[in-house]
Amino acid sequence: MADLPKANELFKSINYTPPSTGWMDTPVDTSPGNWCYPAKAEKLEYLGFPNPREWNPADVDWKLPENWQDIVHEGFKERLGKYRSLKVFMDICVRCGACADKCHFFIGSGDPKNMPVLRAELMRSVYRKDFTMAGKILSTLTGSRVMTEDVLKEWFIYFYQCTECRRCSLFCPYGIDTAEVTMMARELLHLCGVNINWILEPVSNCNRTGNHLGIQPHAFKDIVDFMVDDIEEITGKRINVPINEKGHEVIFITPSGDVFADPGIYTFMGYLMLFDHIGLDYTLSTYASEGGNFGLFTSADMMKKLNAKMYAEAERLGVKWILGGECGHMWRVINQYMDTMNGPANFLEVPKSPITGTVFENARQTKMVHITEFTADLMKHNKLKLDPSRNDHIITTFHDSCNPARAMGLMDEPRYVIKNVVKNFHEMPEQTIREQTFCCAGGSGLNTDEIMEIRMRGGLPRGNALKTVQDENGVNMLSCICAIDRATLLPLANYWAPGVDVCGVHELVGNALILDGEKERETDLRMNPLPGKEG
Amino acid sequence: MNALYSLVLVFALVLIALFGAGAAHMTGLFGTLLPYVAIAVFLVGFASRIIGWAKSPVPFSIPTTGGQQKSLDFIKHDRFDNPVTPGQTFIRMVLEICCFRSLFRNTSVALKDGRVTYSSAKWLWGFSLLFHYSFLLIVIRHMRLFFEPVPVCIGFVEMIDGIMQIGVPRLYMSDLLILVGLGFLLGRRLRDPKLRYISLVTDYFPLLLIIGIALSGIYMRYFAHVDIIALKKLTMGLVTLSPVIPEGVSVVFFVHLFLVCTLLVYFPFSKLMHAGGVFLSPTRNMPNDTRIKHHENPWNDPSIKPHSYADYEDDFREPMIEAGLPVEKES
Repeated sequence: MADLPKANELFKSINYTPPSTGWMDTPVDTSPGNWCYPAKAEKLEYLGFPNPREWNPADVDWKLPENWQDIVHEGFKERLGKYRSLKVFMDICVRCGACADKCHFFIGSGDPKNMPVLRAELMRSVYRKDFTMAGKILSTLTGSRVMTEDVLKEWFIYFYQCTECRRCSLFCPYGIDTAEVTMMARELLHLCGVNINWILEPVSNCNRTGNHLGIQPHAFKDIVDFMVDDIEEITGKRINVPINEKGHEVIFITPSGDVFADPGIYTFMGYLMLFDHIGLDYTLSTYASEGGNFGLFTSADMMKKLNAKMYAEAERLGVKWILGGECGHMWRVINQYMDTMNGPANFLEVPKSPITGTVFENARQTKMVHITEFTADLMKHNKLKLDPSRNDHIITTFHDSCNPARAMGLMDEPRYVIKNVVKNFHEMPEQTIREQTFCCAGGSGLNTDEIMEIRMRGGLPRGNALKTVQDENGVNMLSCICAIDRATLLPLANYWAPGVDVCGVHELVGNALILDGEKERETDLRMNPLPGKEG
Repeated sequence: MNALYSLVLVFALVLIALFGAGAAHMTGLFGTLLPYVAIAVFLVGFASRIIGWAKSPVPFSIPTTGGQQKSLDFIKHDRFDNPVTPGQTFIRMVLEICCFRSLFRNTSVALKDGRVTYSSAKWLWGFSLLFHYSFLLIVIRHMRLFFEPVPVCIGFVEMIDGIMQIGVPRLYMSDLLILVGLGFLLGRRLRDPKLRYISLVTDYFPLLLIIGIALSGIYMRYFAHVDIIALKKLTMGLVTLSPVIPEGVSVVFFVHLFLVCTLLVYFPFSKLMHAGGVFLSPTRNMPNDTRIKHHENPWNDPSIKPHSYADYEDDFREPMIEAGLPVEKES
């Protein structure tokens, strides 16, 4: 953190002219700051991943297994057979460059290996050598190369400088998805024991305790009790929060960041207040206390293993359907993978709002509804008593989280919710929102401090768009529907648009909700005085 | 450097044809055998590539969406960028393949006055469309060489293509436009430092090869005025499997034909297969309906289970009881 350059210096250092040496001849920089800390041996051992050991990416020797080249080759072959996406994406890129300046890491760094096309070429070059006839015969002419230790190191550096946000895929004429390529590359790296702790530790925690942060069940209950206390202090009303209880209609699952980290906790308070307000018959679970799935950043098998808890717990507790909180990649997993991996969940019912009677046909199969779909429906049916003026001190904009925006198309629901509870709402420039949204640069497990400069560079497009509405509209709050965003956008906003704070959408809802029997509120959920109550 | 290699390669091909069909009089080889081999390689190669891709399953449904999902009634669903039905998905694919819709979104980034700016950059979209459609028109026009009598629709395409009625023989617009399109695509690769950096020999070679084909064709038609009757005899001979090499076929034609044969042979082994691959791209050709309908993964491993609740409770039973959380087993 200490040697992070000032924002304007960093901006000036960006240069889009590629180096004079060809990319295959430009050595990879493995000096500290360019990588996340490697996974601790004990975490790999616990999870049964290969090659647990102490190692340092700055060292020349990465202590790879003896036959690591064969391992990568065989792993590659296996995945080409299992995923059409990988096979097609390795073959059909024409290097038109439409993706080149779409990646936030490229925009902020100018490093050509951060152009999605070249990031994928790091892998394609090996694919050509190993799996195509032309590549075997005409090496350099076809852009193919042998898998060496340097190539593997390059993979580690650059596939952990991709947040799998899929913005490039949107612009690709063939829909080539760098997230798929990155996921495969990371799986291959895992086979050799090359991985990062900031992913593996949450995975291991999530497996054992139910959530990333390793919060044990009794601690989880304590935290919820604290929040109930805070809600009582703010509203004068004591609410009841069922945990691990059987026989309720709905189980609510949200990322654990909402339970633990500021400012996610205010969003969590918003959920709890909403549920109390409408009298929802629900329970939380400590066993399935994590919506976010770091398995997605590890391997398909690990993603399945972690995700399976949601259905398992829904079945054990005997609920009818699942309500999910504000989280980015959790919803990518739920939308694109959950039912395929762990369904069909026929023990559940098609979700139906007990308050409005709306049947969520779009969640007919997974039986899982997004909280902003649920709340938007409540608002449309006038089921909430709201006082938007309690958010008058907030001038907000909305950050579309990459995963819901590009995997689901969840865009208007959160906006509908926001506009019902906040008077001052301004969109960021159109090239930076909705499906064209820019990543927080800390997604896919890169939310770690040792790569802060990389994160701030990657955060430039988002930060810059935020600065625009800050300057033009006086925006002082960036709302979002992702727990990783709530963690990573905070330093990002502080760096690129100081003065802007970050919140979840349901924090704004919580502020505006008029609970039955509550006292007149003096503060918002952050205990800041409400407008007109400052004295 | 890669561009230069490719240029040398294309020149070499021209020389081979000039020498082979011209000086060495191997017209049988260049006019009959090579075309048959090329067509066979193209067809078998193309089919086997498609089959090769199709053999790998699509374990997960991973469309990249470009608009609002289908959810609540009062929220407007973006049907063609975020399709949920096969029909909507079909239209998305048609827009993608016929109109290059994703490329239409293209923007370019610049750093100006301390800000990142995005400007519309539809040049690539426009010129690629120009190139691809000109190519299509030219291919359709050439079909007159392989039919007797010439179908009306081919005659119609020719008529439209030459509708400007400039010069004798009449100028086909597609002949000019394809060169404009190709020239832009090549110029862009050479001019933009980012693109030059990622461009391989295999990026320049097909562009230069197609430019070679177009130029030799144009030369034949507008400058050398080749004997079209003789050419048609040759092509009809190929189609009817009774190949002949008539008198009076110019050596330029053999150069043109040899370059086309090279393109056909090269096609299945190269990035040109994007023509087939675009249909198989899972991020575009799938509906976004995985919350609505079950999608099957053929290799989904049922033995992968979560860390069970029972084990979890065994780990934390005492503190759970102490905290007043319900448990399945009391001790």
